[in-house]
Amino acid sequence: MSKTVDILQGAEACAKGAMKAGLSYFAGYPITPSTEIAEMLSILLTKDKKIFMQMEDEIASIVSIIGASLAGAKSMTATSGPGFSLMQEGIGYACMTEAPIVICDVMRGGPSTGDPTKGSQGDVMQARWGTHGDHAMIVICPDSVEEMYYDTIKAFNLAEKYRNPVILLTDETITHMREKVEIDFNEKVELIERKKPVITADKPYLPYGTFDDDVSIIGNLGDGFGTSITGMTHREDGFQSPIPKIGEPLIKRLSRKIEKHSDELFELEIINPNAKTIIVTYGATSRTAKTIIAEGHDEIGLVRLKTLFPLSDNKLIQATKNAERVIVAEMNLGQIFMETKKALACTSTQVELLSKVGGALITPNEMLAFIQEGQS
Amino acid sequence: MKGEKFINPSRIPSIWCPGCGNGIVLHSVLTALEELNYTKDNVIFVSGIGCSSRSSTYTIFDNIHTLHGRAIPIATAIKLVRPDKKVIVMTGDGDSLAIGGNHIIHAARRNIDLTVIIFNNSIYGMTGGQFSPLTPSGKRATTSQFGNIENQFDAMKLLQGAGATYLARIGTYFFTQMTRYIKTALQHEGFGVVEAITQCPVYYGRLNKMATPSDMLLWQKDNLVFKDRLSQSNIEGMDEKLLIGEFVNLNAPSYLQKRKALLERI
Repeated sequence: MSKTVDILQGAEACAKGAMKAGLSYFAGYPITPSTEIAEMLSILLTKDKKIFMQMEDEIASIVSIIGASLAGAKSMTATSGPGFSLMQEGIGYACMTEAPIVICDVMRGGPSTGDPTKGSQGDVMQARWGTHGDHAMIVICPDSVEEMYYDTIKAFNLAEKYRNPVILLTDETITHMREKVEIDFNEKVELIERKKPVITADKPYLPYGTFDDDVSIIGNLGDGFGTSITGMTHREDGFQSPIPKIGEPLIKRLSRKIEKHSDELFELEIINPNAKTIIVTYGATSRTAKTIIAEGHDEIGLVRLKTLFPLSDNKLIQATKNAERVIVAEMNLGQIFMETKKALACTSTQVELLSKVGGALITPNEMLAFIQEGQS
Repeated sequence: MKGEKFINPSRIPSIWCPGCGNGIVLHSVLTALEELNYTKDNVIFVSGIGCSSRSSTYTIFDNIHTLHGRAIPIATAIKLVRPDKKVIVMTGDGDSLAIGGNHIIHAARRNIDLTVIIFNNSIYGMTGGQFSPLTPSGKRATTSQFGNIENQFDAMKLLQGAGATYLARIGTYFFTQMTRYIKTALQHEGFGVVEAITQCPVYYGRLNKMATPSDMLLWQKDNLVFKDRLSQSNIEGMDEKLLIGEFVNLNAPSYLQKRKALLERI
């Protein structure tokens, strides 16, 4: 087994990663800048006798991947801002029914139609809180084409493990750019599969009443368990119930099953941890920080968020404990800046925002100028 | 009683009001399944949101009660992943033709192998009686207290235009015929729809001078006309009447058949 050196587009890496993870059902609707993922999967899945569906809209796309998942398939969709907005109701349904699904949101300029062909990081809070009601969300954020491949596999594993939607939050830049990758496509990767119920004669089958570390063990539709699923607040047998004593533990468990693993799920890449100035960033913007550090600015540190949510305050405090200044650099008006301020509120570290919107990336010169001259 | 073995007793009584016709439609579907020798393990029920959509949750089959309007795209995926199962969608007139209108026409266009039962009670019952796309023009609802000035869809014409290959309309007054159509739909390969006109005396009836279930069933008797029995005598006052019967029964390649051919070709 050896690594292949290749030049891939981010979208291709995502499609190849999904196939490697065992994707068997994709549904989507054309939208820039995510369409290349659907185009590539339409070929790969069909050749593999798996299922590709181009649905009538993003609403149909998200709910159909939920149906496919609950019938046993590993499923995903890919979209961008306006389509992601349309999917929010379905994402909440997947949280409530504990459907393992992967949603790749390729961020573009917003709000509204915005700028379809330019990058942005404006969907961070929508990824976390876009659907109504209390819920937990896993959001991971690659910063290179190679990481897009591995993060897509990781997204499927996390979805299966926690039975929750996982959002692969990327942007126009990482998805459209082509760069060198070194990947062993034949390498055996660890794949996590959802647990199946074990039926015993003395106990009734309870799809929402049997847990593995707070994660429900639900029989796939069609496997003959007599599985009953609803988006309503439900009893252990999956039947709706309006009783607060049933609703409260359910809603708390759905958040707890993920939030209690925040420290383990919240992954960071750290460069120059002892620097007095640390850039906290993610996705395309972290490449700007890496560029200036690679040019010899070892007085600057980087804390790159590989996971955006669940966010671990502890880990963020630890990662920035030597810093006098923490600069959050992002292509929005401060979505992770606010989270960072909240996480570091109990410290004396100064948190500043380097923000850019409108579609252009933050350049190395702009980042350096901000670091050297301070907040403009 | 036929079909009773498919009811989950731990979930009864239902939420349906006394006199509601939804139980008759569910009974007809379960009777059809029993007569066709279906078992617990080879059927999956999918429903949307609304009074009608609770029906799937009262059965012992694998069932999924989904989002308002979204039963059909969810059922489409389930059928593709589990083509060996009979996938049945239980939906209402608002669920399938207002909020889910886009999905049903595209499912018809694909001729995807699903059986869809539209419970048509002419109103949004669950939310208390607002007019739906199948509320006849002129009729009252809680949001059309002075008479509905919108036109209603003819679901049969709409879905015929969209490409459905089996279409029938019938009312709860005609239980035997309803079961016969549902059996035909279940045996059909492709997209089959049975529109089941059902009574909602509590909202639709009360607002439209048919406050009892029997008033509403007698309305069906007098106003639902089998399309094959149209004559000069019963065509009078046709504006108020509604045609029932089988509207489309076509043998055309279904989505699954086309997919199978595609996979063999490439």
